[in-house]
Amino acid sequence: MIVLLGVLVVILGFATRRNPLLVVGVAGIVTGVLGKLSPDEILKTFGESFASSRSVTIFAITLPVIGLLERNGLQQQARTLIGKLGNLTTGRFLTLYLLLRQLTAAVGLQTIGGPAQSVRPMIAPMAEAAAERKNGGRPLPRAIRDKVRSHAAGADTVGVFFGEDIFLAIGSILLITGLVNATYHTHLEPLDLALWAIPSAICAFLVHGARLLRFDRELERELVVANAELDVEETAK
Amino acid sequence: MIKAEWFYWLVGAVFIVMGVQTLMDRTNAKRYTSGSFWTLLGVTFFYSSWVVDKSLPSEPLGIAVLVLICLGGFNLVGKGTPKTTDEKQRTELARRFGNKLFIPALTIPVVAVICAVVIPKFHFGGHVIFEKGNETILGLGVGAIVALLVGMWVLREPRVSVPIHAGRGLLESMGWALLLPQLLAVLGAIFQAAGVGTQVGKITEKILPDGQLLAAVALYCVGMFVFTVIMGNAFAAFPVMTAAVGWPVLVQNLHGNAAAVMSVGMLAGFCGTLCTPMAANFNLVPAALLELKDQYGPIKVQAPTALVLLACNIFIIYFFAF
Repeated sequence: MIVLLGVLVVILGFATRRNPLLVVGVAGIVTGVLGKLSPDEILKTFGESFASSRSVTIFAITLPVIGLLERNGLQQQARTLIGKLGNLTTGRFLTLYLLLRQLTAAVGLQTIGGPAQSVRPMIAPMAEAAAERKNGGRPLPRAIRDKVRSHAAGADTVGVFFGEDIFLAIGSILLITGLVNATYHTHLEPLDLALWAIPSAICAFLVHGARLLRFDRELERELVVANAELDVEETAK
Repeated sequence: MIKAEWFYWLVGAVFIVMGVQTLMDRTNAKRYTSGSFWTLLGVTFFYSSWVVDKSLPSEPLGIAVLVLICLGGFNLVGKGTPKTTDEKQRTELARRFGNKLFIPALTIPVVAVICAVVIPKFHFGGHVIFEKGNETILGLGVGAIVALLVGMWVLREPRVSVPIHAGRGLLESMGWALLLPQLLAVLGAIFQAAGVGTQVGKITEKILPDGQLLAAVALYCVGMFVFTVIMGNAFAAFPVMTAAVGWPVLVQNLHGNAAAVMSVGMLAGFCGTLCTPMAANFNLVPAALLELKDQYGPIKVQAPTALVLLACNIFIIYFFAF
């Protein structure tokens, strides 16, 4: 029972907004001690699990090329390009990206997108440019611009989460078969699990896609309000 | 055969080079501790190879992880002011290079696709080219290297130091948050080793009314959601909730379809990932990369979708798994 205090450490640390690295470190050590692991076993578990989870950090390898392209104007060019795409609104553009992200992840290409590879250099600037066009070419107010960028990140994340589990060789599917088959002496096939991910994937597209399309109307309203305030300020001067 | 470990060494080497650059970067007020952080992270990527094949002890790596936690946790990792182009120069450069700028960016996914789909079909003298099961990871690595070469050629950039400096700028803007996902996997392993799952199971037995199918399904899914929010990682929540409810109650007592329960249960956990700052790589890293004022911006736009999908997942299991 007492081992659950480790979970409490995480909750408290997170609720009091401590640095997440410290929260994880302290919770790990506390849980280990409460679970009667020796200091040596705790260090071993830290080391072994850190070594076997390196794959979540390897996206860093794409940073040099993205950095190089950005200093040569990739974001600016992405804006110019979307500027030419006639009537694609922010919401429609992001819905299209959501679909694309789900489909590519479902065939095992989850590294195609991501915040560093695609959202920052391409998707966010394009979504923003579409919103600016709606704003008559004027730059967006900070709060609205951040919301558009947040939605660009959200479309990417929702897309990959509810697409990737349709692919057989993805970590979560392998984790399920590995854990369940070993612990409970049964036999689950990756393919069965992957097929069961399809209904949720369809729900995800319908729900999030609808929200993105509705975001267009929300954006329009907020821009009208923001511009009205701007006008008032200018007349006051 | 090209092994995934080689690629991890390359990533490690990149961290070490950037770490040394940070050590020498006078514009960074915390250059010694920041540089040590990135350099040590790079070294762990090499050392991990021997931990994985069990030829060196894992305790020193555990200590290194604790040092990284302290450097990042006590706010000793800062950033410098990278030399780069300004907005006006970038607009001019964009006009000069035009859509050619997209070629290197699209090279990464195209090469990754080819590596993941086509290359595994070829054999040379009975050997596969890429280590089995790691084709996607290796594809990303090869894609990044090819894209860098293509980028330097397209942009007529002869100095390799330029992309490395530019990449370091992005790395420093992410800071210690880059490490959090890997540490959450560590926390999940500790929870497992200390028996957190078994304990949650005992509590569940006490609170769950007998034979209430919908309640049991909801408890499993909401449990996955809540634990994922706490730990930032559905992978860490899965062993806990499956030992507690998923297997003993839903599969054994109520005879649910194991594949459906487990698969959709994991997706209920993913709904939690959408809502938590603990899932730094999906929520805080994008906020930092996009230079958002509110670091919870992505979570706020994702949360409504996550809650609706949690309900969808509960109903999918309830209606189709039994």
